[in-house]
This record gives sequence, structure tokens and C-alpha cells, in this order.
Amino acid sequence: MTASALEVDGLGVRFGRVVALDNVRFAVPQGGTLAVIGPNGSGKTVLFKALIGAVPHEGHIRWAGGTRIGYVPQKLDLERDLPLTGLDFLRAKAVVSRAPESDVRRALEMVNLAPELAARPIGTFSGGQFQRLLLAFALMGRPTVLLFDEPTAGVDEPGEEGLYAMIRRLQQAEGLTLLLISHELALVYQHADTVLCLSGNHRPVFFGPPEEVLTPERLREAYRAPLKFHAHDDHLS
Amino acid sequence: MTTISPETLALPIAMSVAAGLVGCFAVLRRMTLASDALSHVALPGIGVALALGMNPVLGGVTALVLGTTIVWALEHKTRIPTEALIGVTFSAALAIGSMLTSGEELLEALFGASRRPGLVETVASLGASLLVVVVVLRARHRLVITLVSADLARTAGIDVERLDLVYLLVFGLTVALGLRYLGVLLMGSLIIIPAAAARHLGRSLGGMLAWAAALAVVATTLGTFSAAMLHVGTGPMIIAVAAVLFFIGLVWRHS
Repeated sequence: MTASALEVDGLGVRFGRVVALDNVRFAVPQGGTLAVIGPNGSGKTVLFKALIGAVPHEGHIRWAGGTRIGYVPQKLDLERDLPLTGLDFLRAKAVVSRAPESDVRRALEMVNLAPELAARPIGTFSGGQFQRLLLAFALMGRPTVLLFDEPTAGVDEPGEEGLYAMIRRLQQAEGLTLLLISHELALVYQHADTVLCLSGNHRPVFFGPPEEVLTPERLREAYRAPLKFHAHDDHLS
Repeated sequence: MTTISPETLALPIAMSVAAGLVGCFAVLRRMTLASDALSHVALPGIGVALALGMNPVLGGVTALVLGTTIVWALEHKTRIPTEALIGVTFSAALAIGSMLTSGEELLEALFGASRRPGLVETVASLGASLLVVVVVLRARHRLVITLVSADLARTAGIDVERLDLVYLLVFGLTVALGLRYLGVLLMGSLIIIPAAAARHLGRSLGGMLAWAAALAVVATTLGTFSAAMLHVGTGPMIIAVAAVLFFIGLVWRHS
């Protein structure tokens, strides 16, 4: 039996009287991929914020000993004229995580970002380039777990597939555990081992393999609307 | 007018370097207006110190440390943004301070005086300037990650709340350094204006920090000499020079 990278039990998050998450329970095996799906406002990002300790919560969150988290947030709105280069940003992470300077170059290579591009101010990066920079940032310090909050938001379709392929390649090369939030159900079906479907407002939470969770009935119940997606055939390959 | 010598310039220059560095993160954190208000909290402390016959700078430092700690604690208890809390708390501090201080003392507290500090105050201020410079330079990587995203900072192992407190305390200490020289109204400006100019001039974080420190030193030195020559107040002249440098930098960068 594979050891768990993360175990969550009875997780609840409240903002005043608003219940963002209620009694959420799931586990992710080491090296596994969990996709978190659900309609807008169902608490997906709040779940990630609870997992990284950014919001107070009830219940238990147990990371395996020695876990190092790399986090790729939803698109960040940065000022275009911020006097901060991609290299500044990555070197800051290297210093904070006590990683060697060579890790900066390694992280850039892993995400296919040229050092010349990384030397430019981050305000000049395109959406896809900035997502790669955030991924490089997450990879600094040799994480054991990567959290992606809609990693391809604002990225075009070819870029989206490329980014997912890169994530998959990195996972296999580094033996990483992945947790990702996505609205792309076809990609979720293709890449995830398990799916957590949040519905919000005290509605049911579904957790299990993609073929059990991504059924028309469950998706209709969670999203309160009929959903269709094209499932790729290579899921089990 | 005070005679200007290398010894009398050492303290203002050290203070300017500290102000330039601290100001960079105030500008990047969009605390520009809040920073100005933050400096006002020294006023009630100065008023109380004068009433008790104590060194007014000591009163200002105490009030700044207390005030910034209260703002930090309120922010993390109530989740109200720092700038809103600073705006309310320190505007109230200005009102209370004005009631506690009067006449010539109020003017000196607001705009500074050109009296020389004693030996103990000079040594303490030089030590405090060095402390501010070291803390900001050591914390710059953590500050920059937190600036981009507090969540990224948390996953990088940064204690964001503690870093906020350290930054606010360092900011308060920097304001305190300029109390005698520039006063509570103008010190906030020396922190903000060179950093705002450096934002346009620096293409990297290191560049911005270097430009901000250099511009603050130039403004202080030029302002001190100009004030002596023109027989006007040193503090207002320093800020006027800083503002001129800001506009020159703006035009140069966009020309």
C-alpha cells in the first residue's frame, strides 16, 4: 500500500457566517495526482489556501514528514513596471530555501524558460511565460508536492497542453505528488489518478477515481447543470 | 545656521541610506500614503516626552514602536488592510500630538530643527541606521516574495505575519531617525520620494535599492548645503531637492 503524501479529515473553513468548506475528507498517495474540480465559488482555492496554512480551518490536515510544498497560484495581477526581474524572483527563492544558485538555472531548464528571458522584468512576461516562471519558482528548493491552482488560466490551448505535458514530465522525473485545480475536465480525466469534486453550500463532496467522479450524474449534481467533456483514451495507458 | 562639516553630515547620510532602502518596499507595497501617515504617530510621543522633560526623540521612538505594533496586531486580528488602519490610527495620533505639543516645539516636531544632536544620540542614531540597513538588506528576498504573493511566501517557509511586523518596526525606526532633522511631516517624504524616483530608474530590485539610497543621500547633502546658503529650513529644503530629483528622473526615464 502506497503511503499518503496528504491526509485531510473533517476540513472546514468559515469566513464569518459563510461556510466555504464543510467536512472535506480525502487522501493523496505519494507520487499521485489529485485534481480538484467544482463550480465557481465551491471552495477550490480556499481548500488550497487551507492546505498551505493561509486561512484558519477546522479539522485535520496531515502532510507526510519532510514534505516541501511548491505552489503555483492562480494568475497574479502584478504591476507592469515592477522593477523585479525573473532572475531576481528565482534568486530570492533560492536564498530563502537555502538552495544553491545552480538551482535557478536547473529550474529554468526544467520549465524551458531561457535565462535571457528570465533576466527581463517580470511585468514584461506574457501569461504563458509568467506561468512557467511561477512553475520554476515552485520547483526551487526541491519540492516533494506541487500545488497548481488553475495553472493554465490565461494560456492558449496549445500552451495549455504543453504546460500539462511539462507538469506530467516533471512529476515523473522528480517523483512529485501533484494537486491541481482545473476547469478542464478532459485534461483532469487524462492526468489525474483521483478527483475531488466540490459543490459548495453544504452540497455533497465527491472523491474517487476519474471514472467514478466524472460521470454525467455527479457532474450535474455538483455543477447544477449538464456538463459534457471529451475523455482522452490514454488515461489508463 | 549650523556649520556643516563631515561629522555633521555623517548622521544625515546614514539616515538617508536607511530611508531610501526602507522606502523601496513601502513604494512596492503601495504604502506610499500610509507611510506618510505612519510618521505622524511620533507626535504624541514627542509631546509626552517634552511634557515630562525627556528627550523628544526618545518619546517619538517609543510612540512609533508602540503604534506600529498596535497596527500590526489589529491588522492580523481584524484582517482590515494595513493602509486603512494606519490612515485612521495615525491621523488620530496627529490630532492628539498637536494637542500635546505647542508653539515652537510643534513646528520643530513637524518640520525638524537644525540643532546638533548630542554624542549619545548621534552614536545611537548611527547604530540604528546601520541596523535598519542590515535588516532591510537581509530581509529583501523575503520581502520581495511576499510582495509578489503572500501565499507563495508561505509555501517558501516565510513567516509572513512576522515579516510584516519586522518591516513596520524598521519603518518606524527609520522615521524616528529623521525626527530631529526633518520632523514627523517631512521624514515620511524622505522615505517615499527617493524610492518612488528609484522605481522608474531601477530595472531590477538591486538597481532600485541602489538608486533609492543614492537619491536620498544626494537630496540630503544638497538640501543641507542649499539650506545653509539660502538661510532656510534644512528639512523643507531636503524634501524640495528630493522632489526635484524625482521629476528629473521621471523626465529622463520617459524621454
